Amino acid sequence: MRNKNILDMASLSPGEIKQILETAVRMKEISRRAIKKVPTLRGKTVVHFFYEPSTRTKSSFDIAAKRLSADSMSFSKATSSVVKGETLLDTIQNIEAMQPDIIVIRHSSAGAPHMLAKMCQARVINAGDGMHAHPTQALLDMMTVREKKGRLQGLKLLIVGDIAHSRVARSNIIGFQKMGATVMLAGPPTMMPMGIEALGAKVVDHLDEAIPEADIIMMLRVQKERQQRFLMPSEREYANVYGLNLKRLQKAKRDVLIMHPGPMNRGVEIAPEVADGPYSVILDQVTNGVAVRMALLYLVLGGK
Amino acid sequence: MDLLIRGGRVIDPGHCDGVADLYIKDGKIAGLTHGEGSEAPPAGCRVVDAAGMVVTPGLIDLHVHFREPGHEYKETIASGCRAAAAGGFTAVCTMPNTVPVNDCGQITEFVLAQARQAAAARVYPVAAVSPGLRGEGLTEFAELKQCGAVAFSDDGRPIVSSLLMRRALEYARGFGLPVISHCEDPDLSDGGAMNEGAVATRLGLSGIPNAAESVMAMRDIALSELTGGALHIAHVSTAQAVQVIRQAKARGLRVTAETAPHYFALTDEAVQEYDTNTKMYPPLRTQADSDAIREGLADGTLDAIASDHAPHSSIEKMVEFDQAANGIIGLETSLSLALTLVHERVISMARLVELMATGPARILGRDYGLQTGMAADVTVFKPDLEYTIDVEQFVSLSRNCPFNGWPVKGRAVMTIVGGRVVYELTTT
Repeated sequence: MRNKNILDMASLSPGEIKQILETAVRMKEISRRAIKKVPTLRGKTVVHFFYEPSTRTKSSFDIAAKRLSADSMSFSKATSSVVKGETLLDTIQNIEAMQPDIIVIRHSSAGAPHMLAKMCQARVINAGDGMHAHPTQALLDMMTVREKKGRLQGLKLLIVGDIAHSRVARSNIIGFQKMGATVMLAGPPTMMPMGIEALGAKVVDHLDEAIPEADIIMMLRVQKERQQRFLMPSEREYANVYGLNLKRLQKAKRDVLIMHPGPMNRGVEIAPEVADGPYSVILDQVTNGVAVRMALLYLVLGGK
Repeated sequence: MDLLIRGGRVIDPGHCDGVADLYIKDGKIAGLTHGEGSEAPPAGCRVVDAAGMVVTPGLIDLHVHFREPGHEYKETIASGCRAAAAGGFTAVCTMPNTVPVNDCGQITEFVLAQARQAAAARVYPVAAVSPGLRGEGLTEFAELKQCGAVAFSDDGRPIVSSLLMRRALEYARGFGLPVISHCEDPDLSDGGAMNEGAVATRLGLSGIPNAAESVMAMRDIALSELTGGALHIAHVSTAQAVQVIRQAKARGLRVTAETAPHYFALTDEAVQEYDTNTKMYPPLRTQADSDAIREGLADGTLDAIASDHAPHSSIEKMVEFDQAANGIIGLETSLSLALTLVHERVISMARLVELMATGPARILGRDYGLQTGMAADVTVFKPDLEYTIDVEQFVSLSRNCPFNGWPVKGRAVMTIVGGRVVYELTTT
């Protein structure tokens, strides 16, 4: 995977996904050691460029880079010249002039990492772009499922919530299907983007009908601001119709996995008892996030 | 200098379609002679060999944005007029969304003065419906008309107030001028960056539904019916709008409409790589819409092909897709792209001339053609000339064009305004 940019799941082959997931398993072991650091990327520079707020993804990448001994630095929109009106193009060209090996970018505009990749010598890893893609999240989700279920092939993933605004949903729809899983989508019709079936996912009308079939239920964050665009009447109603609570969970398979990319709205899309309950692998997702990102940093610089 | 354009296929819809010699004297059409071996040209007359070429009334582009005053780095009136001439256009209608807006007589006069100085294509200024395009009142239509405005439009900004649109149509009727509507319900567009549908969903870009255009087209047609005012619908992009315009025409309403070449040459699949030169309003739609546009052009539902020439520099375009300015340039590609419809037998050559010359003239209420005594605005183009579109060769100051590198067939070789050659293709 030398010289490859990680822009979205669509541009990764099943073989490459498998390689990333297997490498991540090896990387996870490093994080369990007393000294959580290997010299693999010594002398390499990783720049984390976050145009959009992030705690989980940003710290996960930062820890991943440090555990591999890369020199990493990060800056956000607020602490960069973006606030002075510098364009993305100029900002990137300036960073590029300092010769980093990898640029990790999170940006509110879909396609920004693609634009970057076209003009950069450094490898580009997309840490989330607008509503488009969040490949590292999909990879850590797949790693978590693989770890718990031993496979991805033949499993049924149910994604619930605001599919329209979710890059996590898009990347998981594409990624899980590439690895032989099937994907069902549930949520209010106002949050179901037009033409989503073209990505191969099946839209189900009623959440309660899909729950018993699912091997994995992934709840998406629903944002309060959505009420302003008339996408839902209230959080209360959303929780009633599309929230995952203990009552709904009773219809699920005995070995169902409950996932959430975070940050959670407890009591809205997911009840606290479910988030903290025995089926939840939400914190495993976070742990595996570090391993997946270590694997990617390693692989795009030519590791095997 | 007088001109004799010899041996071309002269097309003046409704009057002439055949090989003929066109004689231009003192800036006017002096006569058409058919048949072989016409007399020797008068002394001092330049003879142009037009064998294999098409000779038509000068092409008119109903919809261009020149950026003067305000954003001269994108396009001046002079550069725009030269780009128009290079594309085979003898006249263009300039939209009022400059800085300041063309909402008063002085700006209209300024635009015309700049155009006179450019001495290339003619400029017919479109003045704003509302001061500052704010949609809060009417501009002074009488004065604007007196200063040279040919139509009224808040193009680029939809007229949200139905009452204002009603009054604009009514008031304009009194001056015999059309209102050009940019049909968009901005609430439905909701900040979208491209066409709503599978491609937008895959790319994670927010979508603009077809209904954002068609609901406003329906409203404006209803208001045209109510008021009897002449409505011209700009840049039609959707199958639904084509359908409602077809119905309106069947009912005999005073409704005309244009589309732009990109709506029949491209679909939203072109956005694929987040190329900001595929971003415009209305957005590129689906194949079904593109097919409906072609049908509308062929059956007479659509009256004109207009480029919606919208120059932008790298400052507005070399940015994130959702941040990029809307619009592409089209004056120098419009004819070649329209000719693909002729080559593909979607429309006839005569229909192309209607769509690009006599149709636009009719919308502007002008007698137009190649009849003796008319002003000699003439376009000569070579329909079979193959070349590759190269933005670096453009006369326009801007380069925001998604057709760079496209192999096309047919382009203007001579543009004549008032008997004067304002453009001549030198490299063939």
